[in-house]
Amino acid sequence: MAMTRQMRSPLGRVLGLGSAKEGVEHWWRQRTTALLLVPLVLWFVIAVIGLVGADRAALIAWMHNPMSAVLMILLIVATFYHAALGLQVVIEDYIHGEVAKLATLLVMRLLCILFVLRGVLAVLKLAFAG
Amino acid sequence: MMISDPRPLSPHLQIYRWQLTMTLSILHRATGIALAVGAILLVSWIGAAADGPAAYAKMQWFLGSWIGLLLLFGWSVALFYHLCNGIRHLMWDTGRGLDLKSVYASGWTVVAATGALTIIAWIAGLASWSH
Repeated sequence: MAMTRQMRSPLGRVLGLGSAKEGVEHWWRQRTTALLLVPLVLWFVIAVIGLVGADRAALIAWMHNPMSAVLMILLIVATFYHAALGLQVVIEDYIHGEVAKLATLLVMRLLCILFVLRGVLAVLKLAFAG
Repeated sequence: MMISDPRPLSPHLQIYRWQLTMTLSILHRATGIALAVGAILLVSWIGAAADGPAAYAKMQWFLGSWIGLLLLFGWSVALFYHLCNGIRHLMWDTGRGLDLKSVYASGWTVVAATGALTIIAWIAGLASWSH
């Protein structure tokens, strides 16, 4: 206990900084999305190699396959979730002003959500109405 | 800022000689950022297909142009590197391969695997394109 107290700076203690009890959660989510992305990325690379130079009809036919559509949605969601977690750490490392840091984090997360929606809606449209 | 007690400091990067490990470490972050941008390209591609034939034709033209191919090549290198080095990180998370010799062995394996996967993917992709 005495050790833990010494590891925190007096300033940090006064400002109430320190463990927000969510560090492990971030770490765990980054790893679970990473594990999920290993097979998804390999699947995607192989699928895309087969689609090189393919016309739109071939792409639509590919997205009509329910398995492809489901894996594509999973890939998009997992990619942007993993990216948001990683970019968060980069932003926290390099942007030191509290306001600028918070603003960048919010914009980054909003963009991730928008790109996920754009991607998922596109997959659903191709799968059902393409 | 005043520091009242001797807390640990990071040594300055400039006083180190170059090491493989430091390069691979910063490359993991750099490729991660690049892949976040690449993910926008992925969504734009599938989005263009959903928008209709005209939008998709434009996207196909862009991806087939020299700047599109350069982006795709960079994306593939970044993807394979981040994938291989990510697996290296996951291995470390289980507590394995953390001694100096293993760290270098897995590091060079990542470099070799990235090169091999990139070459294989582009040979397969270009073969698929010519069909």
